[in-house]
Amino acid sequence: MKNTLFLACSLAIAATAFGSDSTKVKTHSTAEVTRDAAAITLPTGFRSVVVATDLGRARHLTVAANGDIFVKLEKLKDGKGIIRLHDANGDGKADATSGFGNYVGTGICIKNGYLYASSNSDVYRYKIDEKTGTVDIGSEQKIVTGLVDNNQHNSKSLALDNDGNIYVNIGAPSNCCQVNDRVKGSPGQDPCPILEKAGGIWQFKADKLNQSYAEGVRYATGLRNVVGLDWNNEVNELYVMQHGRDMLFQFYPELFTQKEGAENPAEELFRIKKGADCGWPYCYYDNGKQEKLLNPEYGGDRKKVDRCADKTKSIVQFPGHLAPNGLLFYTGNQFPAKYRNGAFIAFHGSWNRAPEPQAGFFVVFVPFKDGMPSGKWEVFADGFSGFTSGASTGQAKYRPCGLAQAPDGSLVISDDNNGTIWKVSYSK
Amino acid sequence: MKKVIPATIIFIIATSFALQQPGGAKAAIARGKTVYENVCLACHQPDGSGVPNMNPPLIKTKWVLGDKKALTKIVLKGLQGGEIDINGDKFHNPMPPQESTLTDQEIADVLTYVRNSFGNKASMVTAAEVKALRAKLK
Ligand code: HEC
Repeated sequence: MKNTLFLACSLAIAATAFGSDSTKVKTHSTAEVTRDAAAITLPTGFRSVVVATDLGRARHLTVAANGDIFVKLEKLKDGKGIIRLHDANGDGKADATSGFGNYVGTGICIKNGYLYASSNSDVYRYKIDEKTGTVDIGSEQKIVTGLVDNNQHNSKSLALDNDGNIYVNIGAPSNCCQVNDRVKGSPGQDPCPILEKAGGIWQFKADKLNQSYAEGVRYATGLRNVVGLDWNNEVNELYVMQHGRDMLFQFYPELFTQKEGAENPAEELFRIKKGADCGWPYCYYDNGKQEKLLNPEYGGDRKKVDRCADKTKSIVQFPGHLAPNGLLFYTGNQFPAKYRNGAFIAFHGSWNRAPEPQAGFFVVFVPFKDGMPSGKWEVFADGFSGFTSGASTGQAKYRPCGLAQAPDGSLVISDDNNGTIWKVSYSK
Repeated sequence: MKKVIPATIIFIIATSFALQQPGGAKAAIARGKTVYENVCLACHQPDGSGVPNMNPPLIKTKWVLGDKKALTKIVLKGLQGGEIDINGDKFHNPMPPQESTLTDQEIADVLTYVRNSFGNKASMVTAAEVKALRAKLK
């Protein structure tokens, strides 16, 4: 008896040890998922269908008028960087998958008969017949080229307005514009030279070829890294989600406790008017003090406001490091009335909260009225990570990244860990 | 008897190497853990598993287990981002150079800790080795 017990225990221990070991070395892109296993939690009345799995690093996505879903990949799949998913029988699941475009990237959207997609330095467009979802691959045109791509924060997200302009985020390849990036004690550069070509949103013409900085307009500056952005058609303005800076506790333990470092700075939603300056790298939003304050690299002490007083203020603040990667204003009629014109935000999940528990890995909803938030944000879709608390970011099963609205008013969500696509719909 | 002599010699050599680290391997690993927590943990995570697409894992990689000079150089001089490739995956963050922030002893300790944690098993890195490389890379 004793022996059996001992054997059972050591087997259990061996299994656990082996189990966690294999999780650690497993590459996230080869994980196998059965089609319907990817259950996520949703409010009452909503249900989800898994449209596709195993696309790999599925970043942003867009839906044509016929319901075909186009997904931009950050790692080529079978040599393709854009995947088209077609559902022939209307059960929500993709029955036919095809691809084109031989570059990796994040941004993708459809407007006025064109599909726009970005690499990490350029923007392309293709003619699309929205009634059939057919893309004329030969019509590829490079409309923007030569944007800063320095690895860090190199996603080029896209949004279009109703006046023929396209907005491209150019993330700053830096944490806080220090002389030596992410080296403790290295001072902030003042003025920050990165802002000339990055750390903001640039506006280009949607139909002009080979534009670069000389042809574009720096529409907004002082934005460290935006991945989720959307044009709000109700008020005709651009909204962006900024990823706040890292390393406050690691670099300034005299100002921030470990827990405060995990909660700060806020991830912020900005309503952008042309010429806006949102403050990076000089300013950060302190969730504890509920104020935009001077960054310690620029002499901040968690009290000084200084030059941050004049910067554009955010309209919603979220806990630190949750990594907002997708923003979508919902204009459909399928969901209950409270969702109309409100914002969905896909949070990729944190890493800079360690050793505090990681957080995020969910899609939230913020109700809006007349272009301004009209209530508190709430978690809409959850359960992506597969763990409740305490695990490392790399153990998250799925990481929400992109959001799109289908013509029937369903919400489509992508995950860039495995490449799973969900379609969320509502019925009473 | 003949076999005992080489064994003794190996033992003496091994101990004398260990003694180059104050307090021996155990103390070096303990000190290295503190350095890891203060400097490396944020990016490479408490369990060394890294962050997908952002920061590489420190588990049985060829850099962690391989040539000590190449490994020490990474910590001294840092990396730009996108330089490391693990099964086709690249990493977007830069690896910040630590030559201005960590002493030879701290770098030796943290690398000894990393090479003997997260399932890794490899020889120690000594302060003398870090010092020599630092001088060479100047
Ligand atoms: C700001 C985040 C960050 C910090 C802090 C950091 N690293 Fe790294 N480290 C990286 C990134 C990112 C790479 C890969 C860079 C590239 O591919 O160019 C890397 C690469 C490495 C590598 C080689 C690749 C591998 O996975 O084996 C080692 C070894 C390493 N780091 C050890 C350390 C140690 C030890 C510390 C603490 C002294 C540390 N790092 C601190 C981000 C960081």
